[in-house]
Amino acid sequence: MNPIPLVAVAGNPNAGKSALFNALTGARQKVGNYPGVTVERHVGKASLPDGSPIELVDLPGAYGLDPTSPDEEVTRDVLLGKQKGERLPNALLIVVDASNLDNHLRFALQLIDLGLPTVVALNMVDLAKRDGLELDAAKLQEELGVPVVETVAVRKRGMAEIMDQLQSLLLQPRKVRAGEGPGEDLLHLQRRAREIAMGAIVRETPVRRITHQLDGILLHPVGGPLILAAILFLMFQAVFSWSAVPADALEALTLDAGQAIGNALPDGWFRSMIVDGIFAGVGAVIVFLPQILILFLFILVLESTGYMVRAAFIMDRLMSSAGLSGRAFIPLLSSFACAVPGIMATRTIEDPKDRLTTILVAPLMTCSARLPVYTLIIAAFIPAITVGPGIGLQGLVLFGLYISGIVGALLASLVLRKTVVKGGGGHFMMELPKYQLPRLSDVAIGLWQRAAIFLKRAGTIILATTIVLWALASFPQAGPGEKQSDVSIAGYIADGIHTVVAPIGFNKDISMALLPAMAAREVAVAAIGTVYSLDAENEQGLQTLEQRLHGRWSLATALAFLAWFIFAPQCISTIAVTRRETNGWKWPMFMVGYLFVVAYIVAGATYWTAVAFGLG
Amino acid sequence: MTGPIIPLDQLKLGIRARIAAIDWSALGEKEASRLRHFGFDEGVTVEPLHLGPFGRDPLAIRVGRMTVAIRRSHARAVKVATEDA
Repeated sequence: MNPIPLVAVAGNPNAGKSALFNALTGARQKVGNYPGVTVERHVGKASLPDGSPIELVDLPGAYGLDPTSPDEEVTRDVLLGKQKGERLPNALLIVVDASNLDNHLRFALQLIDLGLPTVVALNMVDLAKRDGLELDAAKLQEELGVPVVETVAVRKRGMAEIMDQLQSLLLQPRKVRAGEGPGEDLLHLQRRAREIAMGAIVRETPVRRITHQLDGILLHPVGGPLILAAILFLMFQAVFSWSAVPADALEALTLDAGQAIGNALPDGWFRSMIVDGIFAGVGAVIVFLPQILILFLFILVLESTGYMVRAAFIMDRLMSSAGLSGRAFIPLLSSFACAVPGIMATRTIEDPKDRLTTILVAPLMTCSARLPVYTLIIAAFIPAITVGPGIGLQGLVLFGLYISGIVGALLASLVLRKTVVKGGGGHFMMELPKYQLPRLSDVAIGLWQRAAIFLKRAGTIILATTIVLWALASFPQAGPGEKQSDVSIAGYIADGIHTVVAPIGFNKDISMALLPAMAAREVAVAAIGTVYSLDAENEQGLQTLEQRLHGRWSLATALAFLAWFIFAPQCISTIAVTRRETNGWKWPMFMVGYLFVVAYIVAGATYWTAVAFGLG
Repeated sequence: MTGPIIPLDQLKLGIRARIAAIDWSALGEKEASRLRHFGFDEGVTVEPLHLGPFGRDPLAIRVGRMTVAIRRSHARAVKVATEDA
């Protein structure tokens, strides 16, 4: 049986390619990865007018067949039939932006020269008209020698005509392929493209372009950064306040479900695994889903309007002083909510070394899972006094923890750029696309794809990890008069950890909490709580966890614990996403190693400094 | 008449100029090919539109029908001739 015909959708970045792909395939699409690279593979299904199915693959946007990024390499290799995990396309759908023909036609000419059956979508003709530009599609078709269809992908205009053209192309026997890769030299092609584009213009009336006017405001030397700050403030408000209700509901739901299933199961290790292991562990991570979705909603909207590139433009200079590019700004910012979506967002960074550095420092941004740990320790040990007009000491310490993370990330990036991630970089060249209103369905599709990736990860890696952690804490089982935490494997591991961390002031209870905190940092709070509530049964009256901590830890230990959490890579999900995004264990292992070493040194320095000041 | 030839990063905002020469050797291989992709070529009209707020870097340049952002250090390699002095 012949496989379903494959149509490749190719074109420049910002040609509206993904919108067209979405319009043709709707929700019938899948996101995967090309083998061996971190380039997303978007495939979707559609039906030709005669009812026969075709498969479409949305190739990464590219400027030419001479790649300057891993994305462009995939595009070239697919079109030449050399890409692993993809068959040679049966036909080609080239997308060009009607208002940027002189540039987009250059790549289109290269693509047409490949000799695949081809149709060209002259996209966004409405926006071109808005800018006073009218084009003659028939003239263009004559010059290019392939069918040209006028489209407005976001309004689904021209989609039926595209499908008609594809159907007749696919009926033809495949032509002999003309060339292999770029034949004609680039400057020559560019001049030919410019001539054809000029020839296709019917009328051009100069108008004040909306994009130019908006940029005058959004890229204003003073106003621009202020507007960016306001947008970011709104984004963080949303991430932390809108997510509270659904996050609490999700937590309650997983808890109730765990209880219900627990009640239905006979008492024993299996029930314990389901309730204490799976539901407690996965639940702890699932509660981040609302935050992650809200964060991605903002990122997708900012991305699709064209504002994201402007944010990178504004921040590039500051980021470059730390050896990063403006593109790293949004991923690092996202990492304040959670490093997992932050690291996923580094895919927009073209330069592989800039991207790797950004991934390696992203966990230093204070993510929301650290907050429960910080608030508990601060409430227990830092007195609620004011140190100045309107400045509380507790808030100041929390602010200091955030700043330490940022400064740590900038220093780490500077050091990494001079040592293990040397070379490359200095690369910030981006197109500033036209502003556009975001399309609800495009945003919804993007959001759904992000959620699916996150849930899949929670369902596999995190599930496996929590089962392992549960097993370590539950076996062998304690006999009468013994404490489970003493006899379990986790107890012995905690003993081992304790010998290592005792010099930096950590007691046995902290050592006990560090292992489960690998599932998610805030689990440390629950773990410490469990230890103290078990041991507290003989004491008189009820005490809050803060009160209990206050009596048992020295201030030096508490400060060292805070310092530890700024740097320590206590998060299996982050390690897992780093492995996925860097395609191997080398970089996640390096990341874990360097962060633990830094955490150890800083926590130790904090402890001994505090002891020297008599706080031990 | 044609004015003096200056590096692109010295051109004032909102002033159009023609690219007289590009010092490709001053650019890395990737940067050079990305500039070509953006349509930078001798004879093409360019116009600086905006500057980054911190240290007046990077630059937003209109080239052909596109607006692109490049760093000042790369813009220096592009020499332009102003329309009149």
